[in-house]
Amino acid sequence: MTEGPLGAADPRLLVRDRFGLEARGEPPHLTVDVPTDRWVEFARFAKHDLGCHYFSFLTAVDWKEAGFEVLYRIENLDDRRSLTVRARLGPDGAHCASLTDVYRGADWMERECYDMFGVVFDGHPDLRRILLSQDWEGHPLRKDYAVDTPHAPYR
Amino acid sequence: MEVKAPVPQVPPPGWKDFKDLQEWERYHQERPEDDKRSNALTQIAETVHQFPGGWIVTASVDKVLNWARKSSIWPVTFGLACCAIEMMATFASRFDVERFGMVPWASPRHADLMIVSGTVTIKMAPMLRRIYDQMADPKWVVSMGSCANSGGPFRHGYHVVKGVDRVVPVDVYVPGCPPTPDALMYGLLLLQEQVAEFEKTGSRPEPTPPRD
Repeated sequence: MTEGPLGAADPRLLVRDRFGLEARGEPPHLTVDVPTDRWVEFARFAKHDLGCHYFSFLTAVDWKEAGFEVLYRIENLDDRRSLTVRARLGPDGAHCASLTDVYRGADWMERECYDMFGVVFDGHPDLRRILLSQDWEGHPLRKDYAVDTPHAPYR
Repeated sequence: MEVKAPVPQVPPPGWKDFKDLQEWERYHQERPEDDKRSNALTQIAETVHQFPGGWIVTASVDKVLNWARKSSIWPVTFGLACCAIEMMATFASRFDVERFGMVPWASPRHADLMIVSGTVTIKMAPMLRRIYDQMADPKWVVSMGSCANSGGPFRHGYHVVKGVDRVVPVDVYVPGCPPTPDALMYGLLLLQEQVAEFEKTGSRPEPTPPRD
């Protein structure tokens, strides 16, 4: 195992010192719940101070009345550590800050998340649908999306 | 002397003048009634048929034409999903559909048959329809696999057309997930039997209307 930017320091301590948040899980794979307003700040910290340069994926979970949860996983490939960061968006309005300034890889992931869940990423340079056609109505991975939603002329 | 104003020449609409692909397709589907049939040929055939004993000639000519049609069905290579792997296996040397005169051809303009092998998504359906429209008459469609038949395991998904017969008229359905090359070959032989009974170009069934 090579030395990271801060040596072999425990990332849990760093997260607690800097943000006052508790990271759960065992050291190689940690999970942090972050408030929405520190979303980008935490990503920048994780990239530069924890050395998590690899943006693995970003997705969302629809918890119905409790609103959306956006999460992303980043990895420190040198130290073989990974970090899952989650944020609750609240019951009203699926808005979230965009991570594209920090991670270039977040660009298409956020477009896909917008496509499937309708989460609007503020500050995204090009927030269009990426998989479905541009005239698609609705966001199909939401829990309130009916499976038999008609799409003329073929269905 | 009267001077006539020049008649404005309206250029035919290009694809950029249309809002989307559906509108473009709708424009191109409005074809005249007898577009697919040759009037002169029909008249000659009718005259010969009315002549005493003429039915012998027309029937045998039909027989010869249908024999020619069924022994040189060229499928357009249109693979969509895992069924395409089985379709390629059918085309390849072990099963070798070239015995039946089927040459997989990578151009819809030269092809008589479209084997829809795989899942047709709502996004893909207009392209499938366009390729079908580009094929020259007479043309046939084999729906291969559960997905193309009815939507298959993805029937209750949000993005899948529930059967390719909602997009194009289908002649033979081959069940299976995916069908083995033997099953597809059996379907192709059934299609050959259908083609041998083929009578009229142009009178084709419409696609099945969507119903759930």
